[in-house]
Amino acid sequence: MTRPKRNWLRHLAFAGAAVALLGGCDFALLDPRGEIGVQNRALIVSSTLWMLVVVLPVIVMALLFPWWFRAGRQAKYTPDWESEQRLEAVVWGIPFVIVTFMAVGAWTSTHELDPKRPIESDHPPIKVEVVALDWKWLFVYPELGIASVNEMAMPVNVPVAFSVTSDSVMNSFFIPRLGSQIYAMAGMTNRLHLIADKSGEYPGISANYSGRGFSGMRFTARAMPQEGFDAWVAAVRASGRGLDWESYAALAAPSESHPVEHYASVVPGFYESLIDKYRAGTGPGAPHRAPHGGHPVETKE
Amino acid sequence: MIERPGEYSLRAPAAAHHDHGHEHGESEATSTTVFGFWVYLMSDCVLFGTLFAVYAVLAPNTAGGPTPGELFELPFVLTETFLLLFSSVTFGYGMLAARAGRRRATLLWLAVTFAFGAGFLGMELHEFGKFVAEGAGPQRSAFLSGFFGLVGTHGIHVAAGLAWIVAMMAQVVLYGFEEAVLRRLMCLSLFWHFLDVVWICVFTIVYLLGVLNHA
Amino acid sequence: MFGKLTLDAIPFHDPIIMGAGAGVMLGGLALAALVTRLGRWRWLWTEYITSVDHKKIGIMYIVLALVMLLRGFADAVMMRTHQMIAVGENTGYLPPEHYDQVFTAHGVIMIFFVAMPFVAGLTNLIVPLQIGARDVAYPFLNSLSFWLTASGAALVNVSLVVGEFAKTGWAAYPPLSGIAYSPDVGVDYYIWSLQIAGLGSLLTGVNFFVTILRMRAPGMKLMEMPIFTWSALCTNVLIIAAFPILTVTLALLGMDRYLDAHFFTNDLGGSQMMYVNLFWAWGHPEVYILILPAFGIFSEVTATFSEKRLFGYRFMVWALVGITVLSFVVWLHHFFTMGAGANVNAFFGISTMFIAIPTGVKVFNWLFTMYRGRLHFTPPLLWTIGFIVTFAIGGMTGVLLAMPGADFVLHNSLFLVAHFHNVIIGGALFGYLAGLNYWFPKAFGFTLDERLGKASFWCWLVGFYIAFMPLYALGLMGMTRRLNHIADPAWQPWLIAASVGTAIIGLGVVLTVVQLVVSIRNRAQRLDLTGDPWNGRTLEWSMASPPPFYNFARIPEVYGIDSWNASKARGEQISPPADYADIHMPRNTAVGFVISGFLTAFGFAMVWHIWWLAIAGALGAVASFVWRAFDRDVDYMVPAAEVRRIEEAHLVRAGGEAR
Repeated sequence: MTRPKRNWLRHLAFAGAAVALLGGCDFALLDPRGEIGVQNRALIVSSTLWMLVVVLPVIVMALLFPWWFRAGRQAKYTPDWESEQRLEAVVWGIPFVIVTFMAVGAWTSTHELDPKRPIESDHPPIKVEVVALDWKWLFVYPELGIASVNEMAMPVNVPVAFSVTSDSVMNSFFIPRLGSQIYAMAGMTNRLHLIADKSGEYPGISANYSGRGFSGMRFTARAMPQEGFDAWVAAVRASGRGLDWESYAALAAPSESHPVEHYASVVPGFYESLIDKYRAGTGPGAPHRAPHGGHPVETKE
Repeated sequence: MIERPGEYSLRAPAAAHHDHGHEHGESEATSTTVFGFWVYLMSDCVLFGTLFAVYAVLAPNTAGGPTPGELFELPFVLTETFLLLFSSVTFGYGMLAARAGRRRATLLWLAVTFAFGAGFLGMELHEFGKFVAEGAGPQRSAFLSGFFGLVGTHGIHVAAGLAWIVAMMAQVVLYGFEEAVLRRLMCLSLFWHFLDVVWICVFTIVYLLGVLNHA
Repeated sequence: MFGKLTLDAIPFHDPIIMGAGAGVMLGGLALAALVTRLGRWRWLWTEYITSVDHKKIGIMYIVLALVMLLRGFADAVMMRTHQMIAVGENTGYLPPEHYDQVFTAHGVIMIFFVAMPFVAGLTNLIVPLQIGARDVAYPFLNSLSFWLTASGAALVNVSLVVGEFAKTGWAAYPPLSGIAYSPDVGVDYYIWSLQIAGLGSLLTGVNFFVTILRMRAPGMKLMEMPIFTWSALCTNVLIIAAFPILTVTLALLGMDRYLDAHFFTNDLGGSQMMYVNLFWAWGHPEVYILILPAFGIFSEVTATFSEKRLFGYRFMVWALVGITVLSFVVWLHHFFTMGAGANVNAFFGISTMFIAIPTGVKVFNWLFTMYRGRLHFTPPLLWTIGFIVTFAIGGMTGVLLAMPGADFVLHNSLFLVAHFHNVIIGGALFGYLAGLNYWFPKAFGFTLDERLGKASFWCWLVGFYIAFMPLYALGLMGMTRRLNHIADPAWQPWLIAASVGTAIIGLGVVLTVVQLVVSIRNRAQRLDLTGDPWNGRTLEWSMASPPPFYNFARIPEVYGIDSWNASKARGEQISPPADYADIHMPRNTAVGFVISGFLTAFGFAMVWHIWWLAIAGALGAVASFVWRAFDRDVDYMVPAAEVRRIEEAHLVRAGGEAR
């Protein structure tokens, strides 16, 4: 799990993924399209290999010993043999060594993969605010002043800094191709940093059951070159509608398999208001501090 | 640690006293029951521990509603506390009387304990009623939910203890101090003192610290 | 008058539910008719329903577990077939409001009403016999515990027809399970059935903890207890320490729902994260409550069918204790994705990995018990070998999931689903079925059919791999759990494979039932008169099968581990004692049954807000309990002459067999 080791592990992982792909199947987690997903995969592959060091011999012994020592076959028989110090040392020692080794890896990888940790890159990250609703995903680009439902776009090789919340029950925000997921919970923000290194349309899901419309709570994460992204933003801007508290109330009402929607503008402080309303002690419903029916404000680029 | 095969065996017991050793001799039945009740109290400890933890997490979340400092009246709660403390003392006298086989004294002390306990519970219910009337019921904020959850659970335990005291008074009248009655009195005694200890924690953590921190 | 309950609560329009309900009712009627025809009602009442005999209670627990296994498995079949069909254009045959209940009920039933009763049943049946006791510490409470469990199971089954069950997943996370998002009665059924059954589990925990610590035969030191008893002791410690947490958690969720409190709501300061923490602070120890007894069973089975002492007994015990302690410091690994800091996640990940050490030690010790043994391939041993192989894989994926960085992508995926079925089926359930085959002759005096037992095992084993290996693959493809509809058609072949596996497991379930039926029908040929059909090593094999109601005519004295084996080696097994003494036994009582009846009514009334019935049920339960406290005719003496008659009859039969 340390840096130098990751290279050959990565090769192995690619080999594994290649085998899987040859089978005609699409193992999203073994074929990631971004740095975080690559690290997730490296961890899965290396941990599995380390554990196989113990697990394979155990399986072999579990099959071999009973067969070899079956009654009727004149194998050695020691009915009262119940202890041997060297053997006991091995029995405790091997799992201990492997686990200790993996624990070290767990410590470093957990810190490297901490969802809060920004991704190092030449490009400054773009901010995306994610709101889980019944049953769709709302994406707000605070710096661009636009929003979209069940579709998000991102330029390749640019880190994306997600702030994730919910205006309903608990969900989990997950784009399998890009790596780590994070819970979306009302009244609080979770942070997640992802990056895509290849263009493509990656399915996004909720990975935490949230009620009857849960299966249809899908979105598309579109990773594209910068020009494509700019074009997408322009198209969203051209959609005309704005996200104000009135249109939000309509959007937030429960709906299933919601179509993609675009909003050319967003009321300022939208995301913060969603979180604050649970803190203010007024209960769910209309956000307490947000101006009702206010005109969406155009934000500069 | 490791025996050789020859060293252990299962013998058909020859001596008769071994049999009695396991025959649920009366005192053994009592000590087993008291031990078991003690184990149950440990699980009750976990129960209250969980409620305390929940309260500690939620206490700051007053959600714009009343704070501990605004709600609690320490002199009132202190009176309540002393009622419960006294009841523990009187229960102790009751147990002494029971061990001495003094039936009327036992009944008297149990009655006094009941009176103190009922007084405590009455005051607690009065406090609850007042809070609810002021709009500070469990539905007002997470802090108040935690408060009613913790203090209410203790109150339910006290109510159960009061019912138990009545049942034991009836048993003392009906059966005197036979083994089973004494055993149940011992369990009740453990239970009652345990509730006292829990209340001390409630008083300190909920009321005292509440008023100090959120005054 | 009937609260929220109206005729609309019964889903007449749903053919699946109505069919299932009618099936259950017809089955019940058929059973009642059979009992009537055989004239066995009185027998059922006196020998089982009112019994305080731990062996009878154990049998009732196991029957409950097997019946509920059929229900839980039916749910599994519905889920697998629905997911197999509901791909692309097809929406399958279960609408979300039904499908969501099915997966919730499946989890709840399998954990609380299959695994828990199976554990309690085997513990009841065997532990007092293994420690040389005549009964448990509190026989009445034992009866009450069973009936409380049955009461919870009854409420779950009522929810099938009257109203609905929770649509939240078996962990019932708020705010989804709160009143704002689940206004229907499903979550209330969940809360009350688990509260009532959970009270039963807690009482069982206290009862057996005290039984094991206080009622061992003279001479039996802690480090000489049979290993299954050790596993039961650890399990009961876990129950005592963990179940109160569940009780509190569900009670607070109930306050949120009934009193509009704000423990776990989104607004007014509630904390959903606290629920998740509390739930798993119970939930992880619960996993070990299920698996530790299975470990104990495997240890007994391995030693007996290897004709060899258990290798490293001391370390087996310490490993059990280690797992018991560690199980309380790992709960956060159920939600690494909640957003805790890297230090916290890493701590819980590493503490989880460390559980693999004592577990690994146990696996090695089972292997070395087989090493240089003389292995007899009976069904219990087959289950054990199947377990070691399967559990090694499940343990590996478990440690993988304990890596926070891996869990970030595997969390809640079908990979996770495959993992925990891998350890719960391949670990716990295989163990219970090994135990069932192993101890059945002790309970009934005849053995189970071996050929059918082996056939059942192979179906379970092969079916398991075909059903769950595809789920590992689907998890790696990014498929999450609890989906009502599958968007990606590439996943369908794997889902079909999983369904095929489920069908093979189904064959295993059927074969288990057939095995029981055939063995009971041919019991005359399968009689075991010795009481020791496997050449066992521990005290439960030292007496007749089924054991006399008082277990031991004379309480044995114990010197060392595997005392029955040692005594056989010295040729002492059929030496009748010089004289017999009177035996003190508890009387049967219906109070446990009655209290549970009242509490079932109470739970049902709380679900539907029928307040008068709730008050009546609660008062009835309390009054019955108090009535019991005032009943002084609770025990009796068995005369020595009667004991002599029973014991000598057994010795004649066993001796006849020996000749």
